[in-house]
Amino acid sequence: MTAVAQIFRKPWIWAFVAAFGVWLVTIMFTGGASTMGLSRAALTFAAFSIIVGLGQMFVITLGPGNIDLSIPATMTLAGTVALKVMNTDNGLIIVGIAAALAVGLVIGFVNYGLIKLLRIPPIIATLSSSFLFQSTAIWYNRGLRVKPPEILADFATGSTLGLPNVAIIAFLVSVGAWVLLEKGIFGRWVSAIGQNMRAARLAGVPVDGVRFATYVLCAVLAAMGGFLLSCFSGGAALNMGAEYLLTSIAVVIIGGTAVAGGFANVPGIWGASLFLFLVVSMLNTYGASAGLRLLLTGLIIIAVIIAASRKRVR
Amino acid sequence: MNTTAQNAVVFAVNGAEKSFGAVRALGGVDFEVAAGECVGLVGHNGAGKSTLVNIINGGLPPDSGTIRVEGTELTGRYSIAAARAHGVRCVFQELSLCPNLTVTENTRITHASLRGLGWRRRAHDLIRHKLDEIFPGHGIDCGRTISTLSIAERQMVEIATAFSETDARVKLVILDEPTSSLDAGLAAQLLAYVRRFVGDGGAVVLISHILGEILSTADRVVVMKDGKVVEQRPAADYSIDTLVAAMGSVVRARDAARPARDTSGLSPILEQRPREKTGAMDFAAYPGEIVGLAGLGGHGQTQTLVSLFMGQGGHWLSPRDSKVAFVAGDRHVDGNLPLWSILRNITITLLPDLTRFGLVRGREEQAVGRSWRERIEIRTNDLGNPILSLSGGNQQKALFARALATRAPVVLMDDPMRGVDIGTKQEVYSMLRAEAEKGRTFVWYSTEMDEVCQCDRVYVFREGRIVAELKGADVTEERVLAASFAEQAA
Amino acid sequence: MSWLSADRLRLVVPALSLALLLGAVFWMQPRTMSYTGLNLLFNLAVPIALATIAQMLIMTVNDLDLSMGTFVSFVACVTATFLQSDPLIGVLILIGCVATYAALGVVIYLRNLPSIVVTLGMSFVWGGLAVLLLPSPGGVAPDWIRWLMTSKPPVLPMAIVASVAIAAVAHFIVMRSAFGVVIRGVGGNERSVERAGWSVLKARAATYALAGCFAVMAGICLVGLTTSADANIALRYTLLSIAGVILGGGEFVGGRVSPIGAVIGALTLTLAGSFLSFLRIPPDWQIGAQGAILIIVLAVRLLLNRRERAERSR
Repeated sequence: MTAVAQIFRKPWIWAFVAAFGVWLVTIMFTGGASTMGLSRAALTFAAFSIIVGLGQMFVITLGPGNIDLSIPATMTLAGTVALKVMNTDNGLIIVGIAAALAVGLVIGFVNYGLIKLLRIPPIIATLSSSFLFQSTAIWYNRGLRVKPPEILADFATGSTLGLPNVAIIAFLVSVGAWVLLEKGIFGRWVSAIGQNMRAARLAGVPVDGVRFATYVLCAVLAAMGGFLLSCFSGGAALNMGAEYLLTSIAVVIIGGTAVAGGFANVPGIWGASLFLFLVVSMLNTYGASAGLRLLLTGLIIIAVIIAASRKRVR
Repeated sequence: MNTTAQNAVVFAVNGAEKSFGAVRALGGVDFEVAAGECVGLVGHNGAGKSTLVNIINGGLPPDSGTIRVEGTELTGRYSIAAARAHGVRCVFQELSLCPNLTVTENTRITHASLRGLGWRRRAHDLIRHKLDEIFPGHGIDCGRTISTLSIAERQMVEIATAFSETDARVKLVILDEPTSSLDAGLAAQLLAYVRRFVGDGGAVVLISHILGEILSTADRVVVMKDGKVVEQRPAADYSIDTLVAAMGSVVRARDAARPARDTSGLSPILEQRPREKTGAMDFAAYPGEIVGLAGLGGHGQTQTLVSLFMGQGGHWLSPRDSKVAFVAGDRHVDGNLPLWSILRNITITLLPDLTRFGLVRGREEQAVGRSWRERIEIRTNDLGNPILSLSGGNQQKALFARALATRAPVVLMDDPMRGVDIGTKQEVYSMLRAEAEKGRTFVWYSTEMDEVCQCDRVYVFREGRIVAELKGADVTEERVLAASFAEQAA
Repeated sequence: MSWLSADRLRLVVPALSLALLLGAVFWMQPRTMSYTGLNLLFNLAVPIALATIAQMLIMTVNDLDLSMGTFVSFVACVTATFLQSDPLIGVLILIGCVATYAALGVVIYLRNLPSIVVTLGMSFVWGGLAVLLLPSPGGVAPDWIRWLMTSKPPVLPMAIVASVAIAAVAHFIVMRSAFGVVIRGVGGNERSVERAGWSVLKARAATYALAGCFAVMAGICLVGLTTSADANIALRYTLLSIAGVILGGGEFVGGRVSPIGAVIGALTLTLAGSFLSFLRIPPDWQIGAQGAILIIVLAVRLLLNRRERAERSR
């Protein structure tokens, strides 16, 4: 019994419980006919929010005010550039991947550069820079819709051993993030900064370096997510990142990471991503309109934030 | 105290006791202030002055003791609001104005009754007249925003606001270091006003590190030490020397005065020169030395330690061989990482040494934690418990372990023994001695005289500068006190 | 140099940049130098100015409203449907909106929540409600607001007259009234306001409610200009309103705001749109130019702050 009790004290458990509940309700509604299809779709679509959510998680853990709003623009720009560089040529896949990651690197540099040099809150820095990236994507794309190389398209939509390939990639990235967070010195430093930046600095944490690396990491993960998404959906669309602005923040918070920073957890992001996708598909199954889906998503996010908050202490 | 004076008592507290955790800040204090009198309150750090002030202004209820305000017993019902209602005002050392508002607008915040049509003109007149009255020729435009005023001007506005009256009268004003940022002329104006205010039947409690001010302005001087009132006499009975003597204890027999260390052949391991030509002295620390930073609290010691630390770099990359480690005194602001376990709080500074290929070697980390728990006796059965589960003294030990566990040759200590019980202190003192014998350097800011007297060499701070250096046998309570308290404003 | 204090400089810079921009537009298109021309140039300024004032109020108490755009869109949808067909229900809905804002202010304070995340969640809610109300563009503006927005006062066009009126009213409430002093005090030094016996909770609730009122007016005026509404009509307003406040000399924290500056900022941003199109900036870079303007403004402000600090230490 104590093992069960222990599990239920984990911060990520509720996201999984909720996801499982919604999954069950949806399955029951369709009489079990869609079990496999729903589970596969959930894993596939959750994979994208997991990859970008992990980056956002590190950023949010840096403490109050740290949020990266340039994730959608990064995804779009990385997808656009990579597909155009590859130009449907299977032989250029490596170059394409490198291009996407380079886009992420540059964006991370720019973002932290603005934060540090202009001394503005990260949220405003990333918001304004995202407009530049968005425009760059529009200009670079020229309204063309380049298809991904065939091998990549097949890979992104295919499965291995019954598991969607993108979900496998998301899993590998998550393991990496988990090691970084729980076992690495980097995760310790990020968490220390999020708890008390001044105390962390006086304890010898290289605060600037760690914050810089975190913003770069977030942008690189967003670029990777954008690259995969554009391969998956057969080309980069200019608004393809839009929904990930809120999703990336929502999965982090629903997953049990502290909004105020200092504490993060990786498994919760899986639970929350599955949960968010399943809620939408459940509402779809029940025939809810787009408006109702948005409304409920918003209410769920606010409810979770309030439930996870603590009362003001004076 | 005759019976007529009894009637005019504005505020009185009897047998006030107050403890913070294990530390007893006030141990049965009787204090009263009558209308038409200015009471000077003096004492060294930790004597209990600020605790007493907080009790008078309603911000802190005493653990026991009775409070009487204007003849009514208010024990248990006394609060900031009640204090305000009875005309008790306080000028805090920290700025309590809104920096983004104008002088006039800040007056409106203080006086809720200034509203409705024409409030701005009334507020403006109120504060202008008060400023004119206290600081004639002040030259402050009341339409200016506080943030554009100089520190001295802000202090003047703060004082004028405290003395300003609408329908609510002012009976008692507590001035906590009111002249700390005023020049001699302005300070004289203020003190003259205090005399006029007192002459008109007001009451003032004056706290200052400039003893000349206390002696010239106060009617009566209350001397505090170790949470008790040790003496109170008419100001005329004191001279600066007798006052300093009253604040200090009976000279305690020191364990064989340490000879001054000979540092002539050595090169300093840490140095700092004052930024401008302010007449301040250079700072230097030599290997194996315990250097004390003394003086009244908040006179620039913490800033000096922080700038010594930050001066070593390490903002972007963690240096392999860091020269300095820092022990925080204000645990909640500078030290604790509150979400973490005791172990993680101990190892954070040492972490680069415990890391290979970016990964923390968990077993070694555990071993370090265990050995320090033994060495410094942190009282917990599990180092995995949250840091906040420890008592204050044990949290402080964990922060000590954080710095001592490193290889850093210099340890900076920011008054780390605040609120620590005597047993813990003794343990830490002997550990410091032992480490210093092995060649480690300690720079130790302390507000406690016992600790200052354990140092090899002491720098005394006043008003943000080093004003005196004491060595070996010269490190005595009297010498430190004399250097901390200026006789006159600069 | 004493007349050019940092405080004045704060207002001079936005006013000067507006004048400069206006001069450039006149020079490029002399025909705009007329009653009709000005009306066209500043046509959309009124709703933007109102939304900017709303955002400024939130920023006065050190918060940020990321749901401004979706909220104004929702109000526009209500105006074009209920307010037109059943005015009573419409008015009740709008009163409910203002009450919701007040409640947000209370919850954010009591639970010590980050306003950014809560309003991000609210943007889903307002967006969902708007889509539910108007799934496709449509609705009709009530006649009275249509009449008001298209009326032609003598000498100066409606857009300018209304902007001046908005600036005057907001200036009176925030800068001159006894109430305004308290809310700015909360932004500047919450503790001392509390110590002086004020209820910070009430002040914050009132600020949020007032912001809700201005945002509601923004939505109504917008429909008066566009005659119909859709769920995405004002999404840009989130960024525009924040940029307008900053452009007008406001700060993110510390209760330093300027209503007149904010309206000037809103006018500048409106004009910048026309200016960019006159400059023949390719449409690809329109969004990017907005981001660039924001970054430049922030950089200029940094210099101003340096100056202010230098002035203070003098």
